[in-house]
Amino acid sequence: MSVTDLAIDVTGVTKRFDGKTVVDAIDLSVRRGEIYGFLGPNGSGKTTFIRMLCGLLTPDAGTGTCLGYDLLTQQAEIKRHVGYMTQKFSYYEDLSIRENLDFIARIYAVPDRAAAVQHSLERLGLQNRSAQLAGQLSGGWKQRLALAACLIHQPQLLLLDEPTAGVDPKARREFWDEIHQLAANGLTVLITTHYMDEAERCHRLAYIAYGHLLTRGTLEEVLSAAKLTTWTVTGPGLRELAAALRDRDGVEQVVAFGNMLHVSGRDAARLDATIATVRRPEHEWTRIRSGLEDVFISLMGDAKDNFS
Amino acid sequence: MRRFTFHRLWAIVLKEFIQMKRDRVTFGMMVGIPLMQLLMFGFAINSDPRHLPAAVRAADQGPFARTLIQALRTSDYFVLVREAATEDEAQRLLQLGDVQFVINIPEDFSRKLLRGERPSVLIEADATDPAATGPALAAVNALAGTIFNRDLPGPLARLQAKAGPVDFRIHAHYNPENITQYNVVPGLMGVVLTMTMVVITALAITRERERGTMENLLATPVRPFEVMVGKILPYIAVGYIQVSLILLAASFIFHVPMVGSLPLLYAVSLIFIAANLAVGITFSTLAKNQLQAVQMAFFFFLPSILLSGFMFPFRGMPPWAQAVGSCLPNTHFLRIVRGILLKGNGLAEIAPEIWPLLLFLAIAMTIGVKRYRQTLD
Ligand SMILES: Nc1ncnc2c1ncn2[C@@H]1O[C@H](COP(=O)(O)OP(=O)(O)OP(=O)(O)O)[C@@H](O)[C@H]1O
Ligand SMILES: [Mg+2]
Repeated sequence: MSVTDLAIDVTGVTKRFDGKTVVDAIDLSVRRGEIYGFLGPNGSGKTTFIRMLCGLLTPDAGTGTCLGYDLLTQQAEIKRHVGYMTQKFSYYEDLSIRENLDFIARIYAVPDRAAAVQHSLERLGLQNRSAQLAGQLSGGWKQRLALAACLIHQPQLLLLDEPTAGVDPKARREFWDEIHQLAANGLTVLITTHYMDEAERCHRLAYIAYGHLLTRGTLEEVLSAAKLTTWTVTGPGLRELAAALRDRDGVEQVVAFGNMLHVSGRDAARLDATIATVRRPEHEWTRIRSGLEDVFISLMGDAKDNFS
Repeated sequence: MRRFTFHRLWAIVLKEFIQMKRDRVTFGMMVGIPLMQLLMFGFAINSDPRHLPAAVRAADQGPFARTLIQALRTSDYFVLVREAATEDEAQRLLQLGDVQFVINIPEDFSRKLLRGERPSVLIEADATDPAATGPALAAVNALAGTIFNRDLPGPLARLQAKAGPVDFRIHAHYNPENITQYNVVPGLMGVVLTMTMVVITALAITRERERGTMENLLATPVRPFEVMVGKILPYIAVGYIQVSLILLAASFIFHVPMVGSLPLLYAVSLIFIAANLAVGITFSTLAKNQLQAVQMAFFFFLPSILLSGFMFPFRGMPPWAQAVGSCLPNTHFLRIVRGILLKGNGLAEIAPEIWPLLLFLAIAMTIGVKRYRQTLD
């Protein structure tokens, strides 16, 4: 793969706030046209990393390129070709939808501005409410406005920081359909999310905790790299069973899902041995493929042990 | 592409105008504050300034004339800074504000004094600020009775007539009726502009930062200079509304005479308004939140009102206060406004007050642009 195929290619990116390392030597490469999911618990440094990618924060260490422009010296160029959607809505609440779009279009000197704004309004389905103040929109509509605004200058790379937080399932699905459409047309998308179903819709994933990148790859790669064994169990007395399993040898997670427990651990032999001691005939045990959430929670438990 | 572009500047200007339009309360305040201050400060604040600069035009250099000058000097009210050779020169000194008084001692002063003819001494005063001249002129009249007590002993003592041996004639220039409003109302223009312009822009950038819109703005290619100028331009229009309101009130409510050129006044106001807006912008790059920004604006406003010559006559202040005052744009603007409105000064006369304003504007703008952080670090 040649370097120009990479929209993002950074190594050793580090950021410290008041001596605390928030992003610690992260390497990341994202191919053009790819939807890259960036996951991690709260405070793990996702927003900080994205801000460094688009020139809003200066890395304390690390080098690399974003759309072929140098991360440290060509921030102005990066800004012109990147669309950044902030985690917190950051358009002007006292400006109408149309005025916000018009403002951004002017800043980027979008050619044929009026048409671009109109097109953007139509795609939003907001042409009838274009005079409404952005501050009066519901959460879901704000997200859509923000997406439309950061697309208006036709960027080559979209950085989306939790774009679907607090958005209803239908709107989320439409949002993702649109993202896939954009990616099909060659746009590269780096997106952070806390939703596992969204993570599964990404081409590739990275998981970051406490500033460290713990795993990355396609969904399959991430799942198999975790080497996690997971059993489900159904039957009576699950609460007592969960209590009996917790903190036993080889058992890393015991999670209740409705009328079912998920029991997982990375050492399959030790896990099976422990399970054998609590097996009862009235329980039905099934071995399943570990889910992304099981994997991430197990990774996070590790990260805590190592870094906190 | 790291240079200034007009389309980005214009984007900011338009956005600020829309936001101003939406924020009716703030806009109302900007119109209301000048009116309120006009009504409140319509009353004068008096004090007793001393050490006022005066020029002497002495046609008679005799011992009696020297005694008179010495007496004025020891009265503490006058500092004789200049000798004027001609009437024209004396007038020029007054008009430029180099001196507050010109004391004219006539040719036949000593002769008339000895003959008991009560020679008249003409004191011309720049009375634009009656608070500054009033006490000094009162002191002169008190002096008249006792001035020659030692010089006119024995037989000459009869010359110490009841009315005093010298007849001081006072000619108040520019504001002969000593109407304080004539001085206060034009002065208010600078005070009102300082207060509203600095506060409004002090919030400009901290507001973006507090509402989170700064993150978005910084992620775009917009340059610091474009943001600053873009935020300043709309408020220049507001500043001009205020100037016009005050001029209207000065004319129709307080009947302040307007001798000089209004177009000149409007032109010079541009520099002053821009200077204050630049100060506000600079504050807003320094402040962490909107409250801090307002506090900084107030910190700037206080000396601008107290040490500029608005509240107390400038010449009556101690040297340190005058030094501080000279660094404030309002001090120079006050002189310009009073000069143009009351004395009919033209560009040549106000030039010495214009360059400090330009210098101040350049410095404030530079600090603001330098301090504007292009990242969130
Ligand atoms: N400007 C800053 N100054 C000091 N500390 C900061 C700053 N910005 C972020 N941090 C700290 O850095 C850490 C990572 O924050 P960041 O916002 O990048 O996390 P995140 O992964 O985006 O979390 P979330 O999922 O909650 O959005 C946090 O501990 C946060 O307190
Ligand atoms: Mg975040």
